[in-house]
Amino acid sequence: MTIGVKKVARPRKMSFGESLYLIEIVKGLGVTIGHFLHNVAHNKDIPTIEYPEVRRTMPPRFRGCHRLMKRMDGTPRCVACYMCATACPAECITIVAGESPDATVEKYPVSFDIDMLRCVFCGQCVEACPCDAIRMDTGWYTPPDDSREKLIFKIERLLEK
Amino acid sequence: MPNFTINGMSATVAEGTTILAAAKQIGIEIPHYCYHPRLSIAGNCRMCLVEVEKFPKLQIACNTVVTEGMVVRTDTAKVNKAVTGVLELMLINHPVDCPICDQAGECGLQNYYMKFGLHKSRFAIEDKVHKKKVQDIGGQIVLDAERCILCSRCVRFLREVTKTGELDFFQRGDHSEISIFPGRPLDNSYTGNLADICPVGALTSKDFRFKCRVWFLSGVESICPGCSTGCNIEAHFREDVLYRLKPRENEDVNESWMCDEGRLEYKKANENRLLAPALREGGRTVAAAWDAVLFTTAHRLRGSVEAHGSDSVAVIASPHSSNEELFLVRKLAAEVLKTENFGFTSRTPGPRSSDDFLIKADKNPNSRGAQLLGFSEEKFDRIVKAISGGKVQALLLFGNVLADFSDAEIGSLLSNVPFVAHVGTCAGAVSRAAHAVLPSSSFVERGGTFTNFAGRVQRFRAGFPPRGKAKNDIEILVGLASQLGAGWAFPGETAVFDALAAEVAPFAGMSYEALGSRGRLAGGSK
Repeated sequence: MTIGVKKVARPRKMSFGESLYLIEIVKGLGVTIGHFLHNVAHNKDIPTIEYPEVRRTMPPRFRGCHRLMKRMDGTPRCVACYMCATACPAECITIVAGESPDATVEKYPVSFDIDMLRCVFCGQCVEACPCDAIRMDTGWYTPPDDSREKLIFKIERLLEK
Repeated sequence: MPNFTINGMSATVAEGTTILAAAKQIGIEIPHYCYHPRLSIAGNCRMCLVEVEKFPKLQIACNTVVTEGMVVRTDTAKVNKAVTGVLELMLINHPVDCPICDQAGECGLQNYYMKFGLHKSRFAIEDKVHKKKVQDIGGQIVLDAERCILCSRCVRFLREVTKTGELDFFQRGDHSEISIFPGRPLDNSYTGNLADICPVGALTSKDFRFKCRVWFLSGVESICPGCSTGCNIEAHFREDVLYRLKPRENEDVNESWMCDEGRLEYKKANENRLLAPALREGGRTVAAAWDAVLFTTAHRLRGSVEAHGSDSVAVIASPHSSNEELFLVRKLAAEVLKTENFGFTSRTPGPRSSDDFLIKADKNPNSRGAQLLGFSEEKFDRIVKAISGGKVQALLLFGNVLADFSDAEIGSLLSNVPFVAHVGTCAGAVSRAAHAVLPSSSFVERGGTFTNFAGRVQRFRAGFPPRGKAKNDIEILVGLASQLGAGWAFPGETAVFDALAAEVAPFAGMSYEALGSRGRLAGGSK
């Protein structure tokens, strides 16, 4: 089999004027200045917001950071059944179950960690929960932080919201 | 030998076989709760209803004996409707607290509901009869009376197998429940089996309670290392943590049972592990590379042989090592170090309880194997005497304990030896006294065979690789031998076992394939 030859159109050589890029720079600046002037005149229409002072309102079904629900007496509603940890595709939920001092509750989470860096915000944990103990309705996405450890949310933090 | 037809298939079974057992032989599953092959037949759960031609009503398969020309159907609408009805009846008062129930995932109610139920409950949750939950009834068992379906397996087990009869039915109608007699908790060494035979979550293990969900666990066929009975078990682990041991059926050894003491053996594979090789330099134990530890050990052993003769080194083998490992230990001692000082002891610290069923006083899984492989206990005593007399210059010691000596005794005895190399899994008095620590793997991290008290050679398999920097014992032995100048080529336990079978008479003709799942008696065993 012979090797096929394909002719490729080579870019033509630039003239001296073109190779200075002067006209193109001025053209580009024109676009930028045009937007600048437009934004000054139509201040209200700017799509960017001044995060974090200003925050966008999320749609009601937005899946944000998790929170754990509480019972009437303030104890976690979670019974440590591991359904969320089982359903989680990112394997970011780590639960340690323990014997609850309340005999009617029996089982409760001694620790409940969600690794927010691994979480893919799919909402499977919320779907899987038989007790409506975990929700993603905080309307808030993972806040930035300066260490990995701080982004593993512990039970205290999840119960706060 | 009656010939019968089930779901259109005809088969011949032994005289006296029940329909349920016969169906199982052919591979047809008939749902059941109260039937257990090792217990008497109660016939009270009514789940195994089948249609038998010429019988006006459905029959229970567990208590109907197959007769010549019988025509059985398990797949008709009538059978399905009946089974669904029985299941619905059982679930009427069931609390359906699966989220907090340890049985979830291996529960008879869950499994059969998905297969035969799938009905909406017609019973309001407020109308359910409540019974006492979370009762510590002694032994390794927690009782939840509410979840019970009254199949009576536990009651029959305690009457027929342990013959202690602690559990019984109380009350009547939908208030009936199983319970112990007031002030008489479970009092036998086999309570853990109750959690295994309970088809629902009424009897669950106290030790395994809330530790892990069962669907996260993987199982591997193993042998209990707790005593010389060698009960066949399945070791359940997640990642590199062992969670529980469950008995595996072996008609010749443990039937379907295991003792409570054995069930807790898994803890030794998790706790207090030696995870990195170490050397003691100037009174301090520091982590070292495997090569350095192997080199130092080999160098000191050889140095001792060259300077003081082969009697100055000693090798103490462990009856917790597999046949394969013991074979290599003997080879190392006799052929490489050329010493006569190798022995083992079956003495262990702690109680040496025993009974006439599964528990043996010898708390080692492979004492018989050590004897068959030429290790003697008298020689161990002689080695100990030589150590106390300061005649041993270098000692290679396997296992985590040294006979039944206390920690202080081990410390003072081993202080007489200038160089002690310890191959073991757990930290303790022996590893503290050692000059070189060679961490080895637990019974689920390596494969091999144990020979039980009766001479039955049984195989256990590796579930996961050795923890941390620990190594397989065979690798350690091969590494040591190569440092000592022997060119051993044993890539794994299979190759060692083949060599063992070829060299050691009682094991002649054996191979892993030939051992199968029930093991084989070593030659010369009764």
